[in-house]
Amino acid sequence: MSPRRYVGDAWVIARRSLKHIRRQPEMLTDATIQPIMFVLLFAYVFGGAISVPGGGSYREFLLGGIFAQTIVFGCFGIAVGLTADRSTGAIDRFRTLPISRSAVLGGRAIAAVLIGFVPVALMSITGLVVGWRIHSGVLDALGGYALMLGFQFAMIWVGILMGCLLDSPQAVQGVAFTGLFPVTFLASTFVPVNTLPGVLRTFAEWNPVTSLSGALRHQFGNPDVVAGSSDAWSLQHPAVYTLLWAVAIVAITAPLAVRAFGRVAGD
Amino acid sequence: MTGAPDVAIRARGLVKRFGDMTAVAGIDLEVARGSVTAVLGPNGAGKTTMVRMLTTLSDPDEGTVSVVGFDVATDANEVRRRIGYAAQDATVDELLTGRENLVMLGELHHLGRRRAKERATVLLEQFSLTEAGDRVAGKYSGGMRRRLDLAATLVATPEVLFLDEPTTGLDPRARNELWEVLDTLVASGATILLTTQYLEEAERLADDILVVDHGRVIAQGSARELKRRIGGEQIRVIVRDRARLDEAVRLVSAAAGAEALVDPDGDAIVVATDGGAAAMAAVGGALADAGVEVDELALRPPTLDEVFLELTGHSAADAAARADAGPGRGPGRGPGEAAA
Ligand SMILES: Nc1ncnc2c1ncn2[C@@H]1O[C@H](COP(=O)(O)OP(=O)(O)O)[C@@H](O)[C@H]1O
Ligand SMILES: [Mg+2]
Repeated sequence: MSPRRYVGDAWVIARRSLKHIRRQPEMLTDATIQPIMFVLLFAYVFGGAISVPGGGSYREFLLGGIFAQTIVFGCFGIAVGLTADRSTGAIDRFRTLPISRSAVLGGRAIAAVLIGFVPVALMSITGLVVGWRIHSGVLDALGGYALMLGFQFAMIWVGILMGCLLDSPQAVQGVAFTGLFPVTFLASTFVPVNTLPGVLRTFAEWNPVTSLSGALRHQFGNPDVVAGSSDAWSLQHPAVYTLLWAVAIVAITAPLAVRAFGRVAGD
Repeated sequence: MTGAPDVAIRARGLVKRFGDMTAVAGIDLEVARGSVTAVLGPNGAGKTTMVRMLTTLSDPDEGTVSVVGFDVATDANEVRRRIGYAAQDATVDELLTGRENLVMLGELHHLGRRRAKERATVLLEQFSLTEAGDRVAGKYSGGMRRRLDLAATLVATPEVLFLDEPTTGLDPRARNELWEVLDTLVASGATILLTTQYLEEAERLADDILVVDHGRVIAQGSARELKRRIGGEQIRVIVRDRARLDEAVRLVSAAAGAEALVDPDGDAIVVATDGGAAAMAAVGGALADAGVEVDELALRPPTLDEVFLELTGHSAADAAARADAGPGRGPGRGPGEAAA
């Protein structure tokens, strides 16, 4: 199968996913409204009670965390989409076509990246409205968005794996609320890690959601807790640490996801 | 290339197991080009499992399959280019319109966008979906979904069509509409392998019928040959006065020249006949002469259940019930699809 044909096939599948989102925007609005609610809630309700060590605006602190959480949750859309494709027989129909099996995954992944950036864009606008500003240079800021893209790519593999292992959108939701939701809270997403007690603090310090949040704050020139408040290596080098995690996630989940997909698409 | 060019599908010794259970237990099959073959069997007989192997969706544990000369194991893509497959549960994309469904499949068959669009328009017209073509398929009725599903299998003008229970779950009107569509396909000379639980459907559409049970072919032939084997039609009588049931059974037996029985529900007398309407008239006359009032008198073809009873000694409903009790059932194959 020529690469050109492969990309063409994947793009047809990607367009299908984009149409799905247009016809059924609930998925996307869920992924967007929830973080906007968090921005408003934390900026106006809890924000006053949380102080950022070393000074600085809590609203500026907040956005890095919101971005990180949005990116991490980006895996649910593709997971739900795949469970649906499996239960409706769409995967089987694709398999009777003369296309590569992985073009189906590739197309879904392309769409997931494109769709995943909608909430990020909306979050940026919401941030600007509540007083978040980028204080760094253009390159640093672009680096921030590139980092999001990289981590999102990693999370898409997690999503594919979930979509192949779990049997229904409800099961995906279950994993979301019992698994990923807590992980995004035990991090510097909403509060500086040094406010957390003992073990939780250590967990949060090494949590990639913390490093992603921190790296984004750094890239955007927003206040963070790195300086002096913790000597964890992960917090000293948040961007590098985040990228290492992204690489590790892809290295572990991509082969598993491809194998799991081969199984659900097999017999 | 293997096999003669006039053989569209050839399977030898097909076996598929799921754990301990053998879903397909050694099936041989040959379908000539331009012919229509029906695989008739109750729920759980192994029809879907067999079709999935023929369409490259699942690898046989034993045996070989070639479709239009290409081996499914080694030339799956060549096979896929030449076949259309409509799964048992119509797999239309509910969030796309009918037209978008067809265009997408055309593009994935590498027709190119323009030709894919042209093809979609032609197919929508052919399947009476032009009006509904720009509505989301999730809003279609069961019959429309089946028609769209069928249209979808034809996008790339396949050489061989596989239709897994194309009318199961449809109401009689929608079934009739679909049969009409299938009639025109058959008349156009398409090679079709379809599975069904309805003898009537197999009889109407197919040249050759394979009766399957427990993953084996238990009978094969034209509808007429099969019916001859199992005694053709039945006369069915319901008498008003149940007190005269025994007397009526004797009268019916004498008039039909065969032993009549009271069916398991206990209301109808049934007797096999090959005498057609004349035999039915004779039965009616005998009962009238004796003054036995009749609520119903009908001539009907054997049901799948009766075919099964005759061929296997157990009923199709039993076979389906056993299959339902089996482990690891796939999605969307619940009960409620038992034989007619
Ligand atoms: N994926 C599967 N795993 C385990 N058992 C299966 C699977 N698919 C089918 N079976 C079993 O194989 C038998 C044949 O099923 P199937 O081919 O769907 O029959 P039919 O299409 O004739 O109703 C049934 O007993 C069914 O439960
Ligand atoms: Mg079936």
